[in-house]
Amino acid sequence: MDRVVRLVIYALLFLGLVVTATPLLWMVSASFMGSGEASTYPPRLLPSAATLDHYVALFSRLNLGRYAFNSALLATAITLVSLFLNSMAGYAFAKLRFTGRDRIFKALLAALVIPVQVTMLPLFLMLKQMGLVNTYWGVLIPGMANIFGIFLIRQYALSIPDSLLDAARIDGASEFRIYWSLVLPLCKPILVTLALFTFMGAWNDFMWPLIVLTDDSMYTLPVALANLLGEHVLDTELMMAGSVLTILPVTMLFIVLQRSYVEGIMMGSLKD
Amino acid sequence: MRWAAGYFFVAPALLLIAVFFVFPVFSAFLLSFTDFDIYSLGNIEYLRFVGIDNYINLFGNSRFWTALGNTFYFVAVGGPLSVLVSLGAALLINSKLVRLKTLFRTVYFLPVVTTLVAVAVMWRYLYHPRYGLLNFALSGIGIEPIDWLGDPFWAMPAIILMAAWKNFGYNMIIFLAGLQSIPDSLYEAARVDGANRWHQFRYVTLPMLAPTFLFVGIITMIGYFQLFAEPYVMTQGGPSNATLSVVLFMYEEGFRWWNLGNAAAIAFVLFVIILAVTLLQLRLQRER
Repeated sequence: MDRVVRLVIYALLFLGLVVTATPLLWMVSASFMGSGEASTYPPRLLPSAATLDHYVALFSRLNLGRYAFNSALLATAITLVSLFLNSMAGYAFAKLRFTGRDRIFKALLAALVIPVQVTMLPLFLMLKQMGLVNTYWGVLIPGMANIFGIFLIRQYALSIPDSLLDAARIDGASEFRIYWSLVLPLCKPILVTLALFTFMGAWNDFMWPLIVLTDDSMYTLPVALANLLGEHVLDTELMMAGSVLTILPVTMLFIVLQRSYVEGIMMGSLKD
Repeated sequence: MRWAAGYFFVAPALLLIAVFFVFPVFSAFLLSFTDFDIYSLGNIEYLRFVGIDNYINLFGNSRFWTALGNTFYFVAVGGPLSVLVSLGAALLINSKLVRLKTLFRTVYFLPVVTTLVAVAVMWRYLYHPRYGLLNFALSGIGIEPIDWLGDPFWAMPAIILMAAWKNFGYNMIIFLAGLQSIPDSLYEAARVDGANRWHQFRYVTLPMLAPTFLFVGIITMIGYFQLFAEPYVMTQGGPSNATLSVVLFMYEEGFRWWNLGNAAAIAFVLFVIILAVTLLQLRLQRER
């Protein structure tokens, strides 16, 4: 009985593996095919002769380096700034006493149900007023602090023993010094996780950059890719090369740091 | 002293959230009662308060009802589908009979971290009626070619399938955590009472997963109501509005036609729906 069950389970798991991986593998394979090869019947799985033409074209003719630079710069800036601000706030909500602390925190959690699209229209008008539409700041500013990040840090910081912080206070350390040289190192695992979440979220983000970046030279990779599709929809192989380049950095990052990532999802799903 | 420190630490983040999140939410509410359009964008003096006119116009607009219907279709079919696939995958991986758990988990999770726009572009080609891999695979089991993205009947199912492929890994991880937190002693007790596999699943696993279901249900639903990039990239809301979603409709009204008053009203209707469905789910869970 167990043997039959085991066989069925493995069969289903391998079917799942094929269904999940095939689209991604085909994307990579098609990106190396000669022009037109991905549009044949029956469909080809492998290029007849692998070529880098489409990758070269993307960088030389289609400005992909610029988009990749924009994406990398914005995702890095959002990650660094938000990590700093969220960790300060998350730590304070967990370990420092001040009037209204728990009420403010509850209000923040309740605000998580508000879809971000509600804010986009006024935010656009505000940034336009400030002259920040079509600038890096326009993308960076709304990403500098976020509620989920504060929540994640707080949950983790709750486990830091008060005695440790008090000991540092008795030794005369300032509150900022305690945060910087004691709390941050203790929170390192969750900081790595949050950094990963934030970087990937910013890298993959589409709707806000699409709205606030109006000039071609400011586009991030996803916006550029959607835009490229308009003109090059028939260049399947070229579009696949662009897609591969867009997902490559985040996929590599995930594969290297997947433990932190998976643990973060589990932490985020635990109720307080 | 420590009081001051607390405020000092939360102030920067809270200030940013107040100015760039909370304030826009309230402004959007006010905006939805104005006729803010491309003329007001040029000169604010053209702005007028119009009461609930935007909402009245919206409820009289057939495109809005189409968008709302499509979005509910996506949430009501796509949400449960992706949750069930997640649960199935988690159960299979969690089985004691399986090795290589990490391999399966990693590959199943890969689509989650990929860029939505990039994989939506890729799926456009996989769905190609003539050259697409999917129709080729289906022809192997005798199914006639389907014009996935060109046929109003199939366009939404195509987007639902793609979304399930992209998202199931996320909930799978949460279900795995839920499954691993069920104590073995419960299963042993059930076995002693003569429970077979199905009974163990029905009377131990499912009830113990109830809180996980609630959490997964709510985050999936909230995310699914915000459908945007898939139709934007794959169908532009077509064919004949079959994949026009509420957020895509809002984007077009607000940022293509610059009817920001109308768009704000659409955004608020979406917010109220998400809020209502979230509260309903919490309520149902409590009654059970």
